[in-house]
Amino acid sequence: MKVAYFPGCSMHGTSREYGESLHAVAEPLGVELDEVRDWNCCGASSAHASSRMLAVALPARSLALAEAQGHEQLLAPCAACYNRLAGARHEIAEDAELAGHVKRILARPFENRVAVLNAVEVLRDLGETIKAKATSPLKGLKVACYYGCLLVRPAAVTRFDDPEDPSSMEAVVKACGAEPVAWRMRLECCGGGFSLSRKPSVVRLGRAILEDARKAGADAIAVACPMCHSNLDFRQKAMARDGEDKPPMPIVFITQVVGLALGIAPEKLGMQRHFVSTKRVTSRGNGEATAPAAEVG
Amino acid sequence: MSAHEDAHHPVPRTLADKVRAATGLNPARCYQCGKCSAGCPMAAETTLRPHDVMRLVNQDRPDRLMDDESIWLCLGCETCAARCPNECEPARVTDAVREIVAAARPDAAPRAIRAFHAAFLDQIRKHGRLGEMGLIMGYKLRSGHLFADAAAAPGMMSRGKLAFVADKVEDVEDVRRIFAGCAAHGEEG
Amino acid sequence: MARIGVFVCHCGENIGRTVDCHAVAEALGQVPGVAHAVDYKYMCSDPGQQLIKAAIAEKQLTGVVVAACSPHMHEKTFRRAASSAGLNPFTCEMANVREHCSWIHEDRASATAKAIDLSRMMVEKVKRNVPLSTIRIPVTRRALVIGGGIAGIQAALDIADGGAEVVLVEKAPSIGGHMSQLSETFPTLDCSQCILTPRMVEVYQHPRIRLMSWSEVESVEGYIGNFKVTIRKKARGVDEDKCNGCGACTRACPNKRIPSEFDCGLGKRPAIYVPFPQAVPNLPVVDRARCTLLIARSKGKKDACMKCVEACQRGAIDFEQKDRFVTEEVGAIVVATGYQLYEIGRDQGGRKDLHGYGEYGYGTIPDVIDGMQFERLASASGPTAGRILRPSDGREPRTIVFLQCVGSRDPAKGIEYCSKICCMYVAKHAMLYRHKENGGRAVVFYMDIRAAGKGYDEFTRRAIEEEGAEYVRGRVSRMYRDGDVIKVVGFDTLGGEPFGVDADMVVLATAMRPQPGIESLAQKLSVSYDRHGFINEAHPKLRPVETNTAGVFVAGACQAPRDIPDSVSMASATASKVLGLFSNEMLEREPTVARVDAAICAGCFHCERVCPYGAVTHMEVKDRQGNVLKVVADVNPGVCQGCGTCVATCPSKSVELQGFTDEQVWAQIQAFLG
Repeated sequence: MKVAYFPGCSMHGTSREYGESLHAVAEPLGVELDEVRDWNCCGASSAHASSRMLAVALPARSLALAEAQGHEQLLAPCAACYNRLAGARHEIAEDAELAGHVKRILARPFENRVAVLNAVEVLRDLGETIKAKATSPLKGLKVACYYGCLLVRPAAVTRFDDPEDPSSMEAVVKACGAEPVAWRMRLECCGGGFSLSRKPSVVRLGRAILEDARKAGADAIAVACPMCHSNLDFRQKAMARDGEDKPPMPIVFITQVVGLALGIAPEKLGMQRHFVSTKRVTSRGNGEATAPAAEVG
Repeated sequence: MSAHEDAHHPVPRTLADKVRAATGLNPARCYQCGKCSAGCPMAAETTLRPHDVMRLVNQDRPDRLMDDESIWLCLGCETCAARCPNECEPARVTDAVREIVAAARPDAAPRAIRAFHAAFLDQIRKHGRLGEMGLIMGYKLRSGHLFADAAAAPGMMSRGKLAFVADKVEDVEDVRRIFAGCAAHGEEG
Repeated sequence: MARIGVFVCHCGENIGRTVDCHAVAEALGQVPGVAHAVDYKYMCSDPGQQLIKAAIAEKQLTGVVVAACSPHMHEKTFRRAASSAGLNPFTCEMANVREHCSWIHEDRASATAKAIDLSRMMVEKVKRNVPLSTIRIPVTRRALVIGGGIAGIQAALDIADGGAEVVLVEKAPSIGGHMSQLSETFPTLDCSQCILTPRMVEVYQHPRIRLMSWSEVESVEGYIGNFKVTIRKKARGVDEDKCNGCGACTRACPNKRIPSEFDCGLGKRPAIYVPFPQAVPNLPVVDRARCTLLIARSKGKKDACMKCVEACQRGAIDFEQKDRFVTEEVGAIVVATGYQLYEIGRDQGGRKDLHGYGEYGYGTIPDVIDGMQFERLASASGPTAGRILRPSDGREPRTIVFLQCVGSRDPAKGIEYCSKICCMYVAKHAMLYRHKENGGRAVVFYMDIRAAGKGYDEFTRRAIEEEGAEYVRGRVSRMYRDGDVIKVVGFDTLGGEPFGVDADMVVLATAMRPQPGIESLAQKLSVSYDRHGFINEAHPKLRPVETNTAGVFVAGACQAPRDIPDSVSMASATASKVLGLFSNEMLEREPTVARVDAAICAGCFHCERVCPYGAVTHMEVKDRQGNVLKVVADVNPGVCQGCGTCVATCPSKSVELQGFTDEQVWAQIQAFLG
């Protein structure tokens, strides 16, 4: 399958490993990623918090560019970008008046034809391929699949799974030969949007997620959102309670899980870039435990 | 009647009318069941919970909404909207209220949050994309939190996660036109 | 030469505020053929009617047009007045200048002009009206009651006690319905079965009631006074005449692990079973999908089990039995099919407009039960002999959380209405639990307490004030199992803070919905239903137990959520309607029905295919020697509802609707355009 690829800003920065691992698994899974030429930032929560028009028009530019490139589907691996792009597409489709304004502001051809996909649904649909190619190094690895808020809500926009009881990410983890755990915080918000501006909130919310994953016996938490990732990974040390001595919880991208299952070397998946050591995960893979883990945070 | 006003599209006067005009949602549908607030991840920290916001919108009390930082603490996680039995979408109502309130009083949002959003949008305006280094520096200058997380930078850099030079959209003028277009639309509307 | 009288009504301010009624009367006075035109404040009042009667006599009127409200409201009134003054009632018509004019317009000048147009059009029609006479049809004094719950039982008893015969059809093995499953009833806390079972026995023993349990209505033909109903008697596997209800077969059946429908899955039953000990009739039924013998036979294997056959001393077990069809002729039908409870699972039986509660685990969390399951737990005859125990581990719950409005008042899940009874039975449940479990905590999450009814508010207050139920105003956002407890995440909107409870059991007051299959039954009966499947009454205030099909009545929770007293009241009301109908030797019907001109009908029978009421029949046209010349369409005036679909379809224009002929309608249009 060939799709338009919208990397989003964090793939080039704080979440390099998400982009690296996505590219690493795309080829063996037969996915051709055609980057949207000259794409721009989706505006994320800041545009959303400031102006509805801006929050719709910024993603619409990239959708228009993908359309011009001849695509019908666009993959936005970052859950936040996905949410904004799919949200803009939905709002424009539902509101003819808004569509008119957006077209006028964009001043370029735009039919709103491109469907927006997230990484989880793409991988879920490739489940059989993953299963066929997986070399089962992850057997016994217990993974807490963390959806957060942006992948499944609002239901009218996301639609790819049940908003209250999703199963896509678990299906991917299963296809990888690992074992998804049942836990209860998988749909709760981690507060990622306030990572810089309101650290105490983020610590409170993230801590609850980590504790529940631990309680459920997870070896790692799988995510598909750079904001969740940097929050739970980078801020994990701050989330530990005083005097707490619990093993750190690796936060891995779902694409990294798939990559390990396919036998790709951890460095190629960027697993050395994490703040929390991913050793518990990589030591099960074919590759050596290579992740140096300078604990900062 | 003014030029813009007719029987079918009266100029919105109350806060609820304004929210309805901006979002198409009817805040009066809220029957104060509190299911939104029961599930809100920020309810533990805010004085006004989602159902309070709905109530104050319906009571036309922008003053109460402005006097408090609660509406700025909405994470936009949409849990309230997903579970609202009456399809009120408190998150979207809150978005609209923020926009209405900010138009009336630009300094309504807490400084740190304002600083973050301003720095973020500044980056997009400048480069079309987000330079995280630029964002952090911009945020620190605006918020006054100069040394927070300073220890993190070396770790970020050693992992190749912070780029000094921001990624840039080639046709950045195009993005700036969108900002200008949206601003102009806001003034009209 | 026509001499039409026009009478313009002000309807107080209703019409007069927007329409200049005097100007309308003056304008109509100028219309050719109008011999008299006046306006008056209340034309329907006694002096108003006198005005019409006097004018008919004085001015020798040949027709009357009353420009007033909807004919639904007062056509009968004015036709009666015209008739008493010597006119044929069908030469009196109404121009609706209220609903169609004054109520929907604001500008007085244009509303007045429109009222003049509407009245002029009606004058042109009435000029062409011909005298018609009412149709008289015979009545079969026998009623069909569909559904053997408390509503159906009450209707059947009242009709039969009134002297008419009743056929009572129940699709379950026993009558009794949901009321037989209840423990105690609000607001008196008397035992449900104790007050119900005598009624069930009375039905069984009544000389004028024919009870058909394990039966369903297959098809309905005919019309008021003259229905022909085919009933499917489902194969019971037991010969009703031979069985004496001794119960040997049910005891002998080795397959005793089947979840009992009567106990809502909390108890078990065998494959040949009587749903509950007080069942009426006390006849077992074979569960064909679970009987070891029938399963083996369906796979072509030899009979694997004959335990029940061996146990039966009377040779009553009959596996060869097939569904049978019987036809009954009745004059009236009462629909009393009751309700089912909404379930919170993901699967909503193919209903795309309904959604489950993912936030409450889609019904997968152990010890989250519905209100009817709680009734079975609380019932002395239930699977726990009246002890409130957790289904998962049989432990006594120390904290029970009750959630009101699950499904109900939740448009996001597809149901916007209030189920009406939940506030009451939740208060009852909380009380019953507190009586049984000393010191146990009963927490009720509610949005509003709707307890309008005699002794109802006192009852809910008693739960709070005297019985220690904790009422928390708010909806629950989420529920999940955490170890041994169910975490209930709510918000106390009155206290203004998050309110969580660790519950041992959660009871959901789920919405009342009509029974499955209600739509197909309604279609067989040609009665309308709302988008949820509730049967529509003919008028929400003034004809609450009639339907839009004459002779078909409705009682109980198949019309809207109802409690027992409401259902019983409705049932008695339908009985009074049915008995009223049966008090007539012959029925009178309005003659606005289709008539076929046999001379020009080509016999294509397009009309037959489009008629929604099945009113078109075939008629042979014979010559004097009795040879059949042709077969033409004929309309049964008893069945025809005057909808006019046949008229619009007929290629040869040989069918016309009496009182609405093409000529009349054209004249109205011409009057408007002219």
